[in-house]
Amino acid sequence: MSSVAAAAVNERRLTIARAMAESIAQEMRLDPRVFVMGEDVGQLGGVFGNTRGLFDEFGAERIRDTPISETAFMGAAVGAASDGMRPIVELMFVDFFGVCFDAIYNSMAKNIYFSGGTVKVPVVLMTSTGGGYSDAGQHSQCLYATFAHLPGMKVVAPSNAYDAKGLMTSAIRDDSPVIYMYHKGLQGMGWLGTEPAATVNVPEENYTIPFGKAAIVREGKDVTIVGVAMGVHNALKAAETLSTQGVSAEVIDLRTLVPLDRETVFASVSKTGKLIVVDEDYRSYGVSGEIIASIAERDISVLKAAPQRVAYPDIPIPFTRPMEQFALPNPEKIIEAYEKMKGRRGWRWM
Amino acid sequence: MLVSRYFEETIETIYLEGKKPVFNMAKGPIPGEMHLSNGQEPCAVGVCAHLTPEDVVTSTHRPHHVAIAKGVNLKKMAAEIFGKKTGLSGGRGGHMHIFDPDVNFSCSGIIAQGMGPAVGAALSRKMQGKEGVAVSYIGEGAANQGAFHEALNLAALWKLPVIFVVEDNAWGISVSKATSTAVPNNAMRAQAYGMPGYLVPGNDPIAIFSAAGEAIARARNGGGPSLIDIETDRLAGHFMGDAEGYRPKGELDTLRARDPIPALARRLESEDGFTDADNAAIVARARSAVDDAIKFARESDYPAPEEALEKVFA
Repeated sequence: MSSVAAAAVNERRLTIARAMAESIAQEMRLDPRVFVMGEDVGQLGGVFGNTRGLFDEFGAERIRDTPISETAFMGAAVGAASDGMRPIVELMFVDFFGVCFDAIYNSMAKNIYFSGGTVKVPVVLMTSTGGGYSDAGQHSQCLYATFAHLPGMKVVAPSNAYDAKGLMTSAIRDDSPVIYMYHKGLQGMGWLGTEPAATVNVPEENYTIPFGKAAIVREGKDVTIVGVAMGVHNALKAAETLSTQGVSAEVIDLRTLVPLDRETVFASVSKTGKLIVVDEDYRSYGVSGEIIASIAERDISVLKAAPQRVAYPDIPIPFTRPMEQFALPNPEKIIEAYEKMKGRRGWRWM
Repeated sequence: MLVSRYFEETIETIYLEGKKPVFNMAKGPIPGEMHLSNGQEPCAVGVCAHLTPEDVVTSTHRPHHVAIAKGVNLKKMAAEIFGKKTGLSGGRGGHMHIFDPDVNFSCSGIIAQGMGPAVGAALSRKMQGKEGVAVSYIGEGAANQGAFHEALNLAALWKLPVIFVVEDNAWGISVSKATSTAVPNNAMRAQAYGMPGYLVPGNDPIAIFSAAGEAIARARNGGGPSLIDIETDRLAGHFMGDAEGYRPKGELDTLRARDPIPALARRLESEDGFTDADNAAIVARARSAVDDAIKFARESDYPAPEEALEKVFA
């Protein structure tokens, strides 16, 4: 790469927060039906920075601060969307879904079906996920599976700013509800202790990333490590360490959980024969189980070893640093999982 | 009112087909829960008479009278209630999930969950500078939900063209309003959110029409939201099969004696020279519309079972 090209790339490194705001701004310029509402999205620019700058450009009418009334404004998003608008609503922490889940899963997610497809519900619900900074059990969950489990919602979770922008643009243009889950530890907010690898080159022009298309973010042949959001970064770090031990790991970033790209995962596992799923959401009944099941029910013979999962234990998220760090997935746990697979025989020899 | 009443009476008869002698909700041509609106017709017509198809209405688990007054396609609604392919959503929604975008009507089986969407539709009209108001129907039980208070605050805060209509039939299934509600009426609660609250007693369609006319005109002229609290009567049970053992003895007889339909006919006779022949003519018209719709529903095919897998996303 020439030094000029490198400089151009470096110029446009954005955080996920900036990438989200840029996508929203571009779509708002194109489409007067798009507007944002939520708590602190206006002058503050979002607690996690994802609406920064929008209030100055678009004003209070289209960047609309709400009272702390999630039931009302999630419901309002449904009504506005069905009436021709394209609302983007923010649920500040996904942990707060309890006060408004009726509007989300009983209305937003079901009205298209209940109307036989005659009603559209183009809502983007963006919400922060994830812990690691000692915010305890009501401000640190991921809850990917909770939303992905219930039909009628598309669910996306970017791991980097490039994907964040393209997925946001796709989400805004979609006629179905999209739950856009951004991880606080990837957001690029210094005060949250951000993961630097999530801040990447982002083109200025708008672009879309199709839903249901996972990204192979590192190619390998010995083991497949599947993750989403922060899990991808843990997987990449583990893959780097494994490579020093002569193990070639392939890392897949799911990018969207609904729709789920089972095909890319299956193709990779068919090649490597070994599967580790990394998930910061709770272990049981979640994404990790779903990925493993999708391989097992399609063709168990591709597996050369019992699949492993590195997921959050089934406990509320603890506050104190030693306990929280003990519970979180990390690269070391992924490497341990790989070691376990080496030590065990696969199903063929069981 | 007549179309609605005759529709409900017809549904009631058909609903019981296949459910005698042993009542099993899953049996018969119309399975599932059935919440009939007999007695509450004034709430529907008194308000919806002021509306056009452009206006938005969200209703409740007891939606038929409001849907009919709003002009929902009666044939497609009947077919939906029967679970037929020709229904509004091809049988996916049923009686508690009636959606007719042609007349901007929807409802929800979840208490108070139509309120947020009505506020949002009103916001949409305001932001787009488009004509139209939103009307959110709820029962008096919904006024004790958080969604009620959040929606009223938001609508008043943003001065939106929305009208909240409380159909107070005095009973939340078996729990009376006196047992559930700290204030004597829900019109009072409007004051807490800085909006006019109308209390309309007597289940009187003309009084409702008058209050709704004022509230809707205010909303259309940018004056913001209102709440209309209507004291109405539920002449049927909460749902079909409800033995209503909780009602005080004799209450139902009292309510039936003041049935709003004959009461209106008598009033029209004395005030407007409404004749028996006039009455017979509109009754015949109502019956014919309902009979056509029911025939259409009965004769329609069921959807192919695997169509269940379609229309999850737009």
